[in-house]
Amino acid sequence: MTSLVELRGISKSFASVRVLQDISFDVRAGEVHALLGENGAGKSTLIKIMAGVHRADEGEIRVNGELVHFASPRASAASGIAVVHQELLLFPDLSVAENIFMGHAPRTGWGALDWPQMRERARDLLDRLQSHHIDVDAHVGSLSVANRQRVEIARALSQDARVLIMDEPTASLVEEDVQQLLSIVRLLRDKGVGIVYVSHKLPEVFALADRVTVLRDGALVGTAPIGELDERRLVSMMVGRPIDQLFPKQATKIGAPLLELRSLSFNSVVRDISLTLHAGEILGIAGLIGSGRTELALTVFGITPATSGQILIDNQAMRIDSPQQARDLGIAYVPEDRGLQGLVRPQSIAENISLTVLKSLATGGLIDHRKEETLARESIAKFGVRARGPRQIVQQLSGGNQQKVVLAKWLATEPRILIMDEPTRGIDVGAKSEIHALMSALAARGLGILMISSELPEVLGMSDRVLVMKNGTLVGEFDRAQATAEAVGAAMTLANAAANSSGEAA
Amino acid sequence: MAIAGAINRRSAASRLVEAYGQEFVVLGAIIALFMIVGAVNPRFLNDNNLVNIFSGNAYIAVAAIGMSLVIISGHIDVSVGSLIGVLATIAGTLAVQGYPIWVAWTVPVLVGIVINALVGALIAYFRIPSIVVTLGMLSILKGGLISVTGGTWITNMPPEFFIAQARLFGIPAPVYFMVVLTILMALWMRYASLGRAIYAVGGNPEAARAAGLYPERTCVLAFAMHGFFAGIAALLFATQLQVIQSTVPPNLELTVITAAVIGGVSILGGTGTVIGSTLAAILFACISSALVFLNVSAYWLRAVLGLLILATVLADMARRRRHRAAGRL
Repeated sequence: MTSLVELRGISKSFASVRVLQDISFDVRAGEVHALLGENGAGKSTLIKIMAGVHRADEGEIRVNGELVHFASPRASAASGIAVVHQELLLFPDLSVAENIFMGHAPRTGWGALDWPQMRERARDLLDRLQSHHIDVDAHVGSLSVANRQRVEIARALSQDARVLIMDEPTASLVEEDVQQLLSIVRLLRDKGVGIVYVSHKLPEVFALADRVTVLRDGALVGTAPIGELDERRLVSMMVGRPIDQLFPKQATKIGAPLLELRSLSFNSVVRDISLTLHAGEILGIAGLIGSGRTELALTVFGITPATSGQILIDNQAMRIDSPQQARDLGIAYVPEDRGLQGLVRPQSIAENISLTVLKSLATGGLIDHRKEETLARESIAKFGVRARGPRQIVQQLSGGNQQKVVLAKWLATEPRILIMDEPTRGIDVGAKSEIHALMSALAARGLGILMISSELPEVLGMSDRVLVMKNGTLVGEFDRAQATAEAVGAAMTLANAAANSSGEAA
Repeated sequence: MAIAGAINRRSAASRLVEAYGQEFVVLGAIIALFMIVGAVNPRFLNDNNLVNIFSGNAYIAVAAIGMSLVIISGHIDVSVGSLIGVLATIAGTLAVQGYPIWVAWTVPVLVGIVINALVGALIAYFRIPSIVVTLGMLSILKGGLISVTGGTWITNMPPEFFIAQARLFGIPAPVYFMVVLTILMALWMRYASLGRAIYAVGGNPEAARAAGLYPERTCVLAFAMHGFFAGIAALLFATQLQVIQSTVPPNLELTVITAAVIGGVSILGGTGTVIGSTLAAILFACISSALVFLNVSAYWLRAVLGLLILATVLADMARRRRHRAAGRL
């Protein structure tokens, strides 16, 4: 089989730091080639070199066997390479058709935009992606993430892309949309498109890929047909060491009830929730996006105070009307979105960690910088944050390390109840298992952890008990022994229809 | 890990430059300006001229301290020039009408605090964007001032009113105000929990709220403090000459905002220091005086300031990009 695109001996440095060394990689017509590696392994840089965003310092790129030099993304696109970005680079206020043809719209004889043709061709492209439900005149901003992604794929096809690079396409999709995306990818593959597929989710890779290439620390670990690999082997290639167990919750003695909710409600999004969290327990909450899981966390933490029902801490009824009160009662909240609610990105690690405990670090309103720095150093050591020091700005850290800082920040308050919303979303395998190990250790110390997660393996592996939410209510409870993927998955899928029709994936 | 090692080897000096990069750039620009203009025209370095530069523009630096607080907290105030005009007129009027001098000095400061605390409350609790609220204030204050005073000048203030003309060890009072307030505020921003709260709220209000801070109160606090500094600035402005023109000094708010931004305060909020804004205010004053000594029309001043803004922002972007490239790995 011939390669559509072939990279040979690619090296690249930024500011004298080498990020890619002697990488060879190729994509053939009609295959899905998965590109794997931990964050910082060099995947993004390699993609950007193929897309013409960066230029390689050394090495050559061949398209259909011919040597090319991409001076710009436009040159790469002209060679038939298109990228579906993780963050979906679309114009929310323009229509679907305009987005698809931005920069290469069909023109009429005298140079004006040819609207009828543009709409017709957009329709045709979307139909080819089995996306008959997307209106070509709709504003892209009004579409769900899954639909926006299809627009972006249609945009790539509109430029006659023969190679499609997809950067973590399923990172922000709910399960059902993931399945549909995978079938679109298969459809494209069967039409002879070569697909470079970047993902952290190994089950997807096994379901989809024909070949796999693994990068680590900027070097090529290897390329192999998927049939020659299993999950364990792939993970050890990525992290450079075998990871025995991805989800290492140790058995701990479950203690007294810490937190009890009785018929807790917030408007109509959280309805009549009753549950008990014990010391040393990890209570997993599964459910689809939009099932009210995050809203429940926000209500317990006082960001959206309960409209009815009771919260009991140590068997005493408490009112929680603000995050300050929640914190003072020993509750900590590691939010779903590290950027939005977790971190002050322009500030340093030390400043972020001390944010929750400013009062105890200050005397007479003045912060003791030595104490602050000590706290930060301890946290960096305890949580294994890879940083050059406590004064490094957090936006310079990788996702996994940012998440460790969020955890450190909340554990500085010495909480007894820890709410974690998607604790490992978007971070790589190595950091993920480190965070799981930390959670396990915290539970062993007697914390109660309420863990919300969309990743079923994580829920099943880490939880002592699993609760399933749907439409704001609890619809199932499983002990660790009963909690199988089938049982929990079935409870969640009951909610599928409702979550889907409202299109709230965003 | 080789990467982390390379980063760890960076010297303490380079970390200092990273943390206070913009401040060093502005300081360097001031020194370069002194050397170049001094070489062309040595009279520029004359004691009297230097004292005039610093003392005549100290009120801009003082106002820029407050502006920095507001911008760091994630907001903006385009009405500060009008506020200073109003407060200066209040000070002069009280003095002329025979109120005790301490009344003429403190009332404008208190009025500044109250007005801006209200502005802050409108922004924080009614969630109106600060640019809208302060644009409204700009018109109200400017229009109100002209209507009430009819544009007449205030004269015949009692001699003890002129605090800006007092000297200690030969150095005019405004210089002390500028230096002392800058140092106090720099320390406060660095060491006080409330100062830290301003940075956190400006950097990410949602994260600050989740961490148990109060973004609304912090906003009101930043504006109230800004009102205090506007009051002091108005006092220095009102007492440096024998007359107070009861109009708003043209473009003052832009000069003050520019000083904050050139001093390294990010217009997006969350970063910057008041040392930077004061140095930038001094830099402007020096440029304006240098133009005179270099026989360049003073009308060029605004154009030069404009170039300066663009140059600093470009330098800032380049610095950030370098750090990002180094940090992402």
